[in-house]
Amino acid sequence: MEAILIQAFNGLSLGSILLLIALGLAITFGLMKVINMAHGELIMIGAYTTYVMQTIFTQYMPAGLFDLYFILAIPCAFIVAALVGMLLEYTVIRHLYGRPLDSLLATFGVGLILQQTARSIFGAPNVGIVSPSFLEGGMNVFGMTVPVTRIFIIGLVVVCLLILAFYLYKTNSGRRTRAVMQNREMASCVGISTRRVDITTFAIGAGIAGVAGAILTLIGPIGPAIGTYYIVDAFMVVVVGGVGMLVGTVVSAFGVGVMNTLFEYWTDASMGKVLIFVLIVLFLQWRPSGLFSLRTRSLD
Amino acid sequence: MKKGKKTEHTRLIAGFIGLVCFLLMLTACGDGGEAASDQAEAQMHPSETGEEVNIDESEQIPVGILHSLSGTMAMSETSVYEAEMLAIKEINEAGGVLGKELVPIVEDGASEPNIFSERAAKLLQQDEVDVIFGGWTSASRKAMLPVVEDNNGLLFYPVQYEGMEASPNIFYAGAAPNQQIVPAVDWLLENEGTEFFLLGSDYVFPRVANQIIKAQLEENGAALVDEQYTPLGHTDYNTVISRIRESEPEVIFNTLNGDSNVAFFKQLADAGITSDDVTVLSVSVAEEEIRGIGADVLAGHYASWNYYQTTDTPENEEFVAKYKEAYGDDRVTGDPIEAGYFMVHLWAQAVEAAGTTEVDAVREAAAIEFNAPGGPVVIDSDNQHVYKTVRIGEVGEDGQFTEVWNSDEPVKPDPFLEEYDWASDISGTLAGE
Repeated sequence: MEAILIQAFNGLSLGSILLLIALGLAITFGLMKVINMAHGELIMIGAYTTYVMQTIFTQYMPAGLFDLYFILAIPCAFIVAALVGMLLEYTVIRHLYGRPLDSLLATFGVGLILQQTARSIFGAPNVGIVSPSFLEGGMNVFGMTVPVTRIFIIGLVVVCLLILAFYLYKTNSGRRTRAVMQNREMASCVGISTRRVDITTFAIGAGIAGVAGAILTLIGPIGPAIGTYYIVDAFMVVVVGGVGMLVGTVVSAFGVGVMNTLFEYWTDASMGKVLIFVLIVLFLQWRPSGLFSLRTRSLD
Repeated sequence: MKKGKKTEHTRLIAGFIGLVCFLLMLTACGDGGEAASDQAEAQMHPSETGEEVNIDESEQIPVGILHSLSGTMAMSETSVYEAEMLAIKEINEAGGVLGKELVPIVEDGASEPNIFSERAAKLLQQDEVDVIFGGWTSASRKAMLPVVEDNNGLLFYPVQYEGMEASPNIFYAGAAPNQQIVPAVDWLLENEGTEFFLLGSDYVFPRVANQIIKAQLEENGAALVDEQYTPLGHTDYNTVISRIRESEPEVIFNTLNGDSNVAFFKQLADAGITSDDVTVLSVSVAEEEIRGIGADVLAGHYASWNYYQTTDTPENEEFVAKYKEAYGDDRVTGDPIEAGYFMVHLWAQAVEAAGTTEVDAVREAAAIEFNAPGGPVVIDSDNQHVYKTVRIGEVGEDGQFTEVWNSDEPVKPDPFLEEYDWASDISGTLAGE
């Protein structure tokens, strides 16, 4: 019984991580239809921002305040990644709207440039992060010990999701975003500045990738190439969930997370990965547009 | 109308900026070309690879350097490359080899075995080097093996590996299994427990290493509680940790490679499993990797190598000082870095002894001794591996190792484990491939 509970929790935890890395992409790819291969590198930027914050705190701040670095690192990672995202949108992507294959190649190139830049600034080897003390150790939940880090990640993902949903569905700029993404010409006719919406939306997507990077420092490596580990998973979750649907991304992240953990438990890590992809291939045969799809009257 | 003009205007500016960037890149490449011919400069510019180098044969000897300077292995291989450059610089400052200056020709293997084989062919055929220092993963070595054999070149390989190989064209400067894995298992059985959990990345080295370990455990009547492999670059170890909890091993023998180690150790510590609960011994975690994982989660666990930055020899004190002087005070040395450094010196001395860089003559003359930072090393002329001292170290809070056991004297390399009866099946099946 306990083993099942722990595996269920592990699945939930993996799902939350998948959701975090896919959430930014759900916006840039899902809503804006930009195949952003540099998404992984935006995650990397968030991770390195956290590292820089840690370095600043160890060098210039009293030791008692050290734990605060991580709290500050999350908004900083959002801002830095969002700024890089804005720059990327302004210099490259805005010239390539409606040309998915070109943007795929261009952003892939940008990703390589960002990787090499990180390598030149921080060096090729991985850098280390010391977890803040309030995230160390385990917690007792229903008679099983679970790492505090994992609970923190699940909580943070829920918060990110709520903020994003509130923004998209309850605020004026969020409504404008959805309007532009659904019908660009019509939105522009009623006086919405599509340029401004494009750049803000892309920046938000990039910023969320940065937050994901900051969080991933708690459980994974921090190096110039970490983006490559997460990019496939991120696309997988968005595609399975249905492009353009936030709720689809959520369901698919937890679905894939739980299934992957189960398969891995029944077989092993390599085989688990194979089985999850077999399942996805079969699923996409049955529902090519993913779990949820946006019904529109437009002719694609 | 006005709007149209404005877009055109911004487009022009964007185009102009693009052009400037392009020109800047061109000049950077141009600098690289000059730097390659200028010895001191070339050593400070790790990224300029693939440049045309003009060799004056009466004054200079070209040597090939082939490591991954980009891609997932760059994190480990860059440091080895730097150690080799340091050794070349030292040799040149001391008057070169046979009175000639060594000119390194640097190629990037880009973490792809097929690029390693292509670049190795380029170095041997186009640049006409006699020796290549390079490689890290077994896959990269196996990709270069047929190329050096066909072109009769020499490859010096700096990393511990799974054994079961002895090419006449390769010198293996890293540990063979009997110089790292086998003594580590013996030491664990004696000191830490008899219930083993084997965890490795899913590729050739961990699978062969675990085959050896399993045979050895069986021979000693020890128990194997579980054996798990994860893909390279795997980052979620929750399920593996659940298995560790369930099977309650006394020892985890860790052959994970690369970034996965970071994820595994962080998540193990998060799950509240410390070195008091279970001992982890790693064979691919050196000082450099500890910096990326964080010493706090590794403290109390063990590693098996032939050299540590803390190894107490006069040669090592000098080596660490030189390495830090060249590449920065915050840098650390480690076993593959030391191997990269001494193998260049070994080759240079063999060339001096042979009086030529010609491959067959160098091979004949190669059975020489060198006082490496990790203790004296000798090339074994039977299999072209190196006699090395085995050392087991415990990770401290500062990220440095404290040696807890060593083999007292350099151990004879035995890549096919011929000395061990229990290994006869393994060497039989694998050597036949």
